[in-house]
Amino acid sequence: MIKVENLTKRYAGFTAVDGINFHVGKGEIVGFLGPNGAGKSTTMRMLACYLPPTSGRAEIAGYDVFKDSLRARERIGYMPEHVPLYNDMRVTEYLKYRAALKGVRGRRMKERISDVMELCGLGDVERKLVGNLSKGYRQRVGLADAMVHEPDLLILDEPTIGLDPNQIRQVRELIRNLGRHHTILISTHILPEVEMTCSRVIIINKGRIEASDAPENLRSRLRATGDVRFEARVGDLEKAKADLLGTPGVKGLDVWIEDDWAVFTLATEYAVDPREAIWKLATARQWPVRELSRERVTLEDVFADITHPDE
Amino acid sequence: MRKFFTLWTREVAVYFRSPAAYVILFFFLLLTGFNFYATVSAMNQAPVRFSVVEAYFNTVFFWFGFVLPFPLITMRLFAEEYKLGTIEPLMTAPVRDMQVLLAKYLSAVFFYIVLWAPSLLYFAIFQWQARIGAAGAAGPYLGAYAMLLLMGLFYISIGCLASALTRNQVVAAIMSFAAISLIFYWGFYSRWFPNVSPLLRDLTDYFSAVQHMAMFSQGLIDTRPIVFYLSMTVMMLFFTFQVFQYRRWKL
Repeated sequence: MIKVENLTKRYAGFTAVDGINFHVGKGEIVGFLGPNGAGKSTTMRMLACYLPPTSGRAEIAGYDVFKDSLRARERIGYMPEHVPLYNDMRVTEYLKYRAALKGVRGRRMKERISDVMELCGLGDVERKLVGNLSKGYRQRVGLADAMVHEPDLLILDEPTIGLDPNQIRQVRELIRNLGRHHTILISTHILPEVEMTCSRVIIINKGRIEASDAPENLRSRLRATGDVRFEARVGDLEKAKADLLGTPGVKGLDVWIEDDWAVFTLATEYAVDPREAIWKLATARQWPVRELSRERVTLEDVFADITHPDE
Repeated sequence: MRKFFTLWTREVAVYFRSPAAYVILFFFLLLTGFNFYATVSAMNQAPVRFSVVEAYFNTVFFWFGFVLPFPLITMRLFAEEYKLGTIEPLMTAPVRDMQVLLAKYLSAVFFYIVLWAPSLLYFAIFQWQARIGAAGAAGPYLGAYAMLLLMGLFYISIGCLASALTRNQVVAAIMSFAAISLIFYWGFYSRWFPNVSPLLRDLTDYFSAVQHMAMFSQGLIDTRPIVFYLSMTVMMLFFTFQVFQYRRWKL
């Protein structure tokens, strides 16, 4: 559905998107992740045919976003960041206007508008001025606009930003339902959201793609190097340290004492899980153990690991 | 064509939905009405050799009221879309840049026509009350209103360009006001500096809105100003189109 090859966007003096490549297949829900300024919005704007790329190319449903822009645009439903809308129009009026611009007419327009209004829960506000709507409703109007012409592909730039938790849950639900009929590219900061809705994650940093995989694969990749926590009552601390460091797979350790429990944090070598060896050691030494666990890796850790916000 | 019409309808609706439009219409009517009153009153004082139509379109009140609305009706066109960010959903819909540009331009032209249409009533009322025509024949009407439209087309295209250049409506208004004033005053050059060379005089007269109107409101139709205004309009719209596209490369 989306084919991106060496897509680059350069502004005077800096490169916002630096030769990225990716494909999105029909029916996928792809999460686009990255810190602020990583090039997410720029990429999405190029895909939505708003910004022309400096070099490289992108295709939507087989149409080049630059050369065949009009036909590509007919197949895209795009919701820009912050959802700019005409404040002087009423909700139905706005959707009618947008539908007409996208070539939806007559009876089909009527059907589509009532469909998207129902889908997005806009029934209560159909006569209201867009300018008087709350943030949550504006977001829904933007979403309804993006879907009104039944596009093959939805591009949603931060659809849940500025919403309260209930609204976020509703929008997330909506997106998941939409995924049955549409291909969706969605950018967000909210990582649990990606884990819940997306079948694939693309992490972008400083204009480059750093990772592209299913959320669980990304997590397991990081889990392979996750720290092990080991809490036991080990009589002689120095001797225990030496024993643990001698265990295969343990690279280093950190320890502190909690009452008479020693709490170890063990750094491990890549793709080695030393927990079994440690358990054997503990039974051999007859140490009472109260915890032996590996850190649960969240997508947040993956994100932090890949984009290094501290540096 | 349908998309153009959708866009145009939306742009026209914006004018008539905002209270500002009615304020402009009201005060404009006041100004043009005063101009008409002043014209007719002055002509009542002594016998004159020109028609009411001719007099109406050549007073200082007319020119002042004429130049003023252009920045006001054009400043919004593009600047507001940039400012609100609505340019993004607009340009990601399957519409051509040219459709958007022409819809915006022609909506302003439409508003301009609505602004001036009531002035026809003055002449009708005059004819009804005074039982003589405001002009001897159809020529002066045709000429004066044709010139009004031609100048309107050109000055609105200047306003369009100014609005496409900035996201700040006030800046757009000031730019178009300055540009329109300069072009307008340029026509007075030979009057203020009588000693200029004949070539320069011809050149400045060629641009002179006041002389164009003086001629056309007598019913004398000259093709040179028609070509001038239409070609300048096309050029300004071409520049606007370039600026409009360029901004997307730069944004």
